[in-house]
Amino acid sequence: MTRINRDQLVALAKSQIVETTPQALSQRLRNGSSPLVIDIRERDEFEQGHVPGALFIPRGFLELRIEQHAYDPATPIVLYCAGGVRSALAARNLQEMGYSHVESLIGGFGGWRSAGLPVTVPRIMTAEQKVRYSRHVLLPDVGEEGQTKLLDAKVLLIGAGGLGSPAALYLAAAGVGTLGIVDFDVVDLSNLQRQILHSESWIGKPKVESAAARIKDLNPDVKVVAHREPITSANALRIIQDYDIVLNGSDNFPTRYLVNDACHFLRKPLVDASIFMFEGQVTIYHPGAPEEGIGQGPCYRCLYPDPPPPGEVPSCAEAGVLGVLPGIVGSIQAVEAIKLVLGKGEPLIGRLLTFDALEMSFRTLNIRRNPACPVCGDAPTITELIDYEQFCGMPARE
Amino acid sequence: MPTVLIPTPLRRLTANQAKVEVAGDTVDALLHNLEAGYPGIGERLLDADGKIKRFINVFVNEDEIRTLQGADTPLAAGDRVSIVPAMAGGAHQP
Repeated sequence: MTRINRDQLVALAKSQIVETTPQALSQRLRNGSSPLVIDIRERDEFEQGHVPGALFIPRGFLELRIEQHAYDPATPIVLYCAGGVRSALAARNLQEMGYSHVESLIGGFGGWRSAGLPVTVPRIMTAEQKVRYSRHVLLPDVGEEGQTKLLDAKVLLIGAGGLGSPAALYLAAAGVGTLGIVDFDVVDLSNLQRQILHSESWIGKPKVESAAARIKDLNPDVKVVAHREPITSANALRIIQDYDIVLNGSDNFPTRYLVNDACHFLRKPLVDASIFMFEGQVTIYHPGAPEEGIGQGPCYRCLYPDPPPPGEVPSCAEAGVLGVLPGIVGSIQAVEAIKLVLGKGEPLIGRLLTFDALEMSFRTLNIRRNPACPVCGDAPTITELIDYEQFCGMPARE
Repeated sequence: MPTVLIPTPLRRLTANQAKVEVAGDTVDALLHNLEAGYPGIGERLLDADGKIKRFINVFVNEDEIRTLQGADTPLAAGDRVSIVPAMAGGAHQP
């Protein structure tokens, strides 16, 4: 192999990629044709100011994390660094991964700033936030750094019902900066026995609106994104793509398989839970994050390869559920999500926690990835979202 | 004898008992003896070929039997066998 020096390598990279100017990028962002703008500098550089809306992925982690943010290899991506050199080399690597629309910003952030374009300076905790989160900041495993991570975190809740209610309240109180909520339902009187996000004055109104109002009242730091639509194969990837972590509190099997598959394809951790009468189950299905030292765990299909036939497993609507039960189980989901954001502790990956309120017992059972799993196994046969109603033996949705 | 932990949805078949003691040298033998003692529970756990249904997990102590020797996993007195079915909660509206 011929040896080339750094200048030759940079020149080679630049000859193989597309570059764009700060003015052209700014124009595109204003037109709403938003490419995914990624700041690949180090954290201290990013914290001193960055292009508005840019995603921060330091150069060293770019290839390892890119799929979490750009699942589609045709996603338009603009990379920038301080001066346009690191981003040119990085753009070439992304092209090698199959990303066909990657560009590097000429002159980098320096060029952007000297063109007089707007700059965002990231969050420094306000005096009020320092008081609000003081009991977190005191914890050595959280501190200001951890609290900032929470404020920057984006968590999606599937369902604003029994499990989603306590999870949403605790995540909002903890200062998780963006909470997405997917729910198509309206508040019903029979919900109020356990769904503590909602109250009597909201009966008949959309759960996402009730949730947004309650969360805003609890903590104005939290941005609530309301997805008032059923999650389906058509929208799941689009909705989930924007979040770091997904909490599943859905009430049916098709949605459980759908969310599992979508999270695996997008490489998002899924904090999953289900409840029935007096009993609950919680675990994390994690596709693995080698850069954080997290290995690949099992997925929902490893544990439950096939759904039960319709009618074989009674639902809570038929059999009932203790109102406090989702309070406990959903709170455990919130704990696990916060631990994942902070990167602290032992996440519930490869372990199924079961809770029996009548016995008042918790048990931890070991679960493993199935190498023959059709989604996350060694030779997957399901590589895109399918028709989950049909898979679960139900009539197709209109 | 091993102890079988019965999940909530199946407790009406065990006279509401959460734990039952059942003889059996292997998981397979134990599940068949469970059906003998509590008629009706077998068809909830086993398919027509006598295999454990794919939405039911069986654990011996803390480990899932597919990571042990499957239905042939040997059992000793004092072992705890947990039956963990898929649950979805909710109202079953897709």
